[in-house]
Formats: sequence, structure tokens, C-alpha cells
Amino acid sequence: MGLEDLQHNFLTGRVEDLVKWARRNSVWPVTFGLACCAIEMMSVGAADFDISRFGMEVFRASPRQADLMIVAGRVSQKMAPVLRQVYDQMMEPKWVISMGVCASTGGMFNNYAIVQGVDQVVPVDVYAPGCPPSPEMLLHAILTLHEKIRTGEITRRRAPQAQRPEELAGWVPERPDAIRLGTPR
Amino acid sequence: MTDRDHTATDAPAGVDPESPFVRETYEGAQELAPRAATATEELEREVGSVLRLPESHGVDMSDIDIEYPDDETMIINMGPQHPSTHGVLRLMMELDGETVLRTKPIIGYLHTGMEKTAEELTYQQGSTNVTRMDYLSPLNNELVFSLATEKLLGIELPPRAVWIRMLLSELQRMSSHLMWLATNGMDVGSTTMMIFGFRERELVLGFFEKTTGLRMNHNFIRPGGTAADLPDGWEDDVEVILDNVSSRLGDYDDLLTGQPIFRERMEGVGALSADEALNLSATGPILRSTGIPWDLRRTMPYLAYDEVDFDVIIGTYGDNFDRYAIRLNEIRESVRILWQVLDKMPPGDYRVQDKKVTPPPRARIDESMEALIHHFKIFTEGFKVPEGEVYVAIESPRGELGCYLVSDGSSKPYRLHIRAPSFVNLQSLPVMMHGGLVADAVATISSVDPVMGEVDR
Amino acid sequence: MELSLPGVARATGHDGHELLFPDRARYHDVVAAHREAGFEMLSSLTAVDYLGHPGRTLPPEVAPERFELVAILLSLGQVKRVRVRVQVPEHDAEVTSVWDLYRGAEAMEREVFDMYGISFTGHPDLTRILMPEDWEGHPLRKDFGVGRVPVQFKHAPGPR
Repeated sequence: MGLEDLQHNFLTGRVEDLVKWARRNSVWPVTFGLACCAIEMMSVGAADFDISRFGMEVFRASPRQADLMIVAGRVSQKMAPVLRQVYDQMMEPKWVISMGVCASTGGMFNNYAIVQGVDQVVPVDVYAPGCPPSPEMLLHAILTLHEKIRTGEITRRRAPQAQRPEELAGWVPERPDAIRLGTPR
Repeated sequence: MTDRDHTATDAPAGVDPESPFVRETYEGAQELAPRAATATEELEREVGSVLRLPESHGVDMSDIDIEYPDDETMIINMGPQHPSTHGVLRLMMELDGETVLRTKPIIGYLHTGMEKTAEELTYQQGSTNVTRMDYLSPLNNELVFSLATEKLLGIELPPRAVWIRMLLSELQRMSSHLMWLATNGMDVGSTTMMIFGFRERELVLGFFEKTTGLRMNHNFIRPGGTAADLPDGWEDDVEVILDNVSSRLGDYDDLLTGQPIFRERMEGVGALSADEALNLSATGPILRSTGIPWDLRRTMPYLAYDEVDFDVIIGTYGDNFDRYAIRLNEIRESVRILWQVLDKMPPGDYRVQDKKVTPPPRARIDESMEALIHHFKIFTEGFKVPEGEVYVAIESPRGELGCYLVSDGSSKPYRLHIRAPSFVNLQSLPVMMHGGLVADAVATISSVDPVMGEVDR
Repeated sequence: MELSLPGVARATGHDGHELLFPDRARYHDVVAAHREAGFEMLSSLTAVDYLGHPGRTLPPEVAPERFELVAILLSLGQVKRVRVRVQVPEHDAEVTSVWDLYRGAEAMEREVFDMYGISFTGHPDLTRILMPEDWEGHPLRKDFGVGRVPVQFKHAPGPR
């Protein structure tokens, strides 16, 4: 993403803050509403819980134009490859909020049909529990994400993405706290 | 997760399997195949042969004037993730230019195994599972499940429980139709309508939060009655809702009904005839838009719907505009019913006083050993339901919502099948879209009002 | 107005609906007869797997099999529902489709096929509908496990 290699001095430190300010104040979500949580997500976009005050009311339909994927709802076995494909199409920097218990851990549906946690398919930045999380809880999750962007934890955490299983085999993370992304397909 | 490696034989005809563009989301035989690979019976749909009784088992395709060789038509995919707000429905359409010939909805992207889960949960817990099927009107799901269980148990509810359920059911209908107006408005392009619809809906959801504890997926209507009584001052809250909604319905009329662009987009689009609707098992606003006055609240009344006065709204042409008008007016009828419920709400118990079925009030648990034991048994083992099978149907905002419940005498359902109206109504989508323009696809899907949670369960 | 259907067992259900128990060979004819008699709509079509059921109430002349196909027909004119229950054996799980009578049966029969493995002869497009195309097994059968994943700190993945 171009920020983690900077050796900071006074000027570039300021530039990084500016970039992070811009990134967190216009995070555009991609429409990935699946189930009941999608309705609460739409409520967040509507009048009472206005998400527009955070600059996020533009839910882009195209993942190429979006920064954030709010996985709102239960991910079934049939939907998991679609989820991964939409995630792959998003441009860096990108973030994922797993909204609701079904997306975070499978929720109340511990069975053959639901992927037990969307982090088996995509890397997640913020987990928002609730069934469904009320719009205030989703806004709290979004603000937590803004906080993460502001403090720059995001830039430190990501490891280089590999696309092919052969590249991932035998891969060792460079930084001990980095996370191996996703499941090789 | 199953292994989804695709071999060369899996790719669709004409596609190089080594190409990086072969989709990982290929669903095989569930997708729309090119004409050469499609059975005659399936192609029949295109010529409107829904009603041609196939004593001869099918239309001879060479009888039809226009023949479409494969390279003249285009099969496009409107993937499970798309801007239309109606959930993860995947549509494959075959187009001749801009005209839609065949449509195939591919569903299953939200399949949650709820019917299997229901076999693992007790009847007391069943509401939590069933309520997440049609997530726009969760109380209706709970209602149909509770009615089916009570029929098997053979218990009768006190009148207040019945009327509380009716109050919630009608408020739910109102909130579901407001949500539909909002999403339909957004799909057609009117973001103002979306803001209006959600704003009104927040009033109703605020009342639900006060009464049931949650804005959605309430788990409030349980076998035996409801989980708790209505809060103090509920009449005032409901009056505020009714006054607000009634006055703002006029705003929606001004915004949409007379507006030429809206009318052009909705009139004549997605038309369905009465015979087609019946044959395709469509119910709810779709059936009523074709002119058939079938509303289960009027024809096969449940709860106390025979004691309140309301009209059944029907349409004439079976097009999108009729369905919009029906849903708008059904909000008015719900308001009318709710005014009557406000007057007629009886006092009394909010749940049946059968100790084996409904848990005791929490205060009694400290006082009585028996109450403690009953509470324990109901919440761990569950109450046992006699062996049998029933089918109960109610009128949800989308159509006939039915529950087929088979019990084996234990405390968990042996088989729970929910007849979801959206699952069945989706079958009328290809018929509605045939011959229309692809740009009307989103508007037509929206007027069918599918909720993918109940389509896939 | 009751249809005369010789040789088909009848009963009345808990909910007051008329129950019919044709055998597989006569199922399609029984449904066709009802369609002629004014049952315009097929409300619902589903199946039940009775493996492990302690004992269901059936008329004496009906031989129980593992699967039971349940079709619910609705007459708008007579405001009446009829439930048609067909016994389907496990080794030969095949029934005639009623798609030619009711187009609305298409998705319902596909769902029964997907969830139970019962095939329908005469169905235009008998493919899976809810599960992914390469899924193996039929989830709603009683010998198909729920697929529960063991959860940390919960001692055993058994029934709740």
C-alpha cells in the first residue's frame, strides 16, 4: 500500500496522517447485504441513523469502486466463492466488517449449510456481534474501523497477497504478527 | 466446504476451461443453458405455454414463427451480488437485443438449513429459528409456527393473546409494505421514497423495540401466546404511528402515483394473467393484482380477522403498477384494522395458562418449587407435542405463508416445512419478464417482492 | 362435494383438512381429478422422511414407506384444502411429476429432489435448487447429519 516502507520524518509523517484522514472519512461500502443484517445496514444508510455524516452513504454496486465490504448476513456454502470473488475484485486498501453473528462465527446456524465465520473466506478487520446488530452497533463498528485506519494498525498488519496455491505453499510470514490471508483456492 | 475444483468437463459450452475468466461461481446444471442444450419443455415457457395442457406433452417448437439460433441471443448473468436491493437472487437471462426471452432465477445463495435446524430445537426455541426466514415480517413467521404447534397441542388461546398477535401482525404488515415501498422506490430510482419508507418504518420498529425488545427477529410470538404483555401506554404509541403513517401516505401518492415517469416504468410492465398466476401458485399481491380477491384473512380467517372490518384490494391488469397500488392501499387497510384493534383489545391473559406449555412468571419461580420445575422442564427439555401433522396458512405481506408440521410425540418437531410465499412467487418471474426489456428486470423483481431468507430457508 | 376416488384411502387431519392416501401409481390421476374438480392451485409440495419415527397415524390399508410426499391442493371456489400423501419407498424413490398440471410445482419438486433425493419423472429441469451443484447427499434425510462444528468450550457436539 506504499505507506509501510516510509521512514518517517516530520513531512512524511504529516502526509501519512493526511492520507489516513482521507481514507477513513470516505470509506465507500460495496453492497453485500445478504440477510436480515442487510435490512439493518439499509437502516443505517437511511434517515434515522444517517451514515452519510461519515461520508459513507454511497454504497457502490461495483466492487472495483468500493473500499469496504460489510458482510451483512449469513454466508452459505453456495455464496462463499462469490464472496471471495467480490473481495478479490476490490482494490487495495480494502477492509471488511463482519456484521452480525452469522457472518462472524456462523451464529445460531451451526450446520451443514452455513460457513462458520466469514473469516474462513476473507480476512476480517472488525467483527460486529448482534442478531442483527442494531444500527448503533454497526455505527460503532464503523467508527472502530475508522479508528483502526487512523492509528495505522491496518498498514502494519497485512502480508503480501498471493493468488496461486503454489506461491502460498511453504510461505512464512516476514513479520511474526502478520496473518496468512484467506484459504488457498 | 466441499472441494470445488472444476475439471475441463465442467465449463459451459464454448468456454475454454483454462481461460482465467472461467468463473469459480459456476453452478452447473442450475444455470440457464444455451438453446441447443435445453429441453423442449423448458423452452416452452418462452411461448407462454404455461396453460397449454400438454396432453401431447409439449409444443412443437418448429410451429413458432421466430426461431432463435444460438448466436443471435445472448445469455447474461445478473449475479448474486447486484445493486437491486432484493437480496442474493441470481438471474440468468437470455436476451434478443434488449428483449428478454427466457429467465432463470438461481437461488440457494442464502440456504441456511433452517428446516434441518428446526428438528434440533424444541418448540419453545423454534420461534428463534423460524423468525429469520422472512426477515421483513418476522412476527408472521413466528405466528404461523405457533399456530401450527397450538393446533397439534389442541389448546385454545385467551382472547387478549389473539388480539395482541393481530396487532403485531398488522403492524408488521405495515412495516413490510413500507419497506417494500422504500426498496421499490430505490430500485426504480426514487431515493426520496427510500428515505420516506425507512423513516416511517422506524416508528413501527421503535414500537416493536418497546414491546418485544428487538427491532427485528423478535422471538415474541411463541406457542401458547406471546412472550410478554403489551407495555403501558401502548395505545398512545400506536396512535402516534397510525396518525403519522396515514398523513404521509398522501405524500407517497403525490410522489409516485401520479408521476409520469413512475407510471411509464410500472404500467404494463411485468403483466401476469389470472390463469397464469393460479397455475404458478402465486399468492398475495401478485394474485390479487390479476383480479382474484383471494386473501386468507378474509377467506380462511385466522386469529380474529373475522371480527374486524377491512377491504381486500384487487387490481385489474396484473402489472407492476397494480401491485404497487395494492401494497400502498394495504397499508391503509392495516391502519383501518389497527384503529379497530385499539378499540377492541380485550383485557386478560397474554398467554394460555397451561403450566406444561407456557413458563411461569419469573417471580413465581422464587416462591414455588413446582413453578421452578416447570420452568426448568420447558426451557431444557421442552414441552411434548402429541403425534400428528398439520398445515396452517396465514396471509403474510408476500402471500400465503404456510407451516407443515409433523410431530412424533417428542419435544422437537419431527419435520417442519415452511411454505414460503416468495419461493413460489419467484416462479412467476420468468413469465412476467418474458417479452419485456432487460431494463425492466429490476423493477419486475422488485414488484414480486422476494425475500431471499424465505426463498432459500 | 367429495370426489369419488375408488380405492384411495381417506382420513381427516388434525386441522380438519381432508387427507388422501393414493399409491404412487395413482397419485398423478388423483391430482388431475382434483384439478378438474376445481382445485385451481397447488399450495405446497413437500416430503417427509419417516426414518426413525416411532409410529405415525395411517389408515390401515396404507403401507408405510420411508418417504412420504405431501401435496396440498387448494380450491379457491370451494375455499377448501386437500392433502394428498403418497408413500415413496427408499430403494425406488421416484414419483410422477405434476408439473404438467400445475406449473407452480416446478420449484417445489426441485426442492424435494434436492433435499430428499426423490426424482420426478416428467419434470423439465430436475436439478438441485438450494445446494451447490456439486454437493453430495440430500440434507433433509434423517441419516444426513446436521453438520454441527464443535465449538470451543462446549463439551460435546450432541443434540441440545
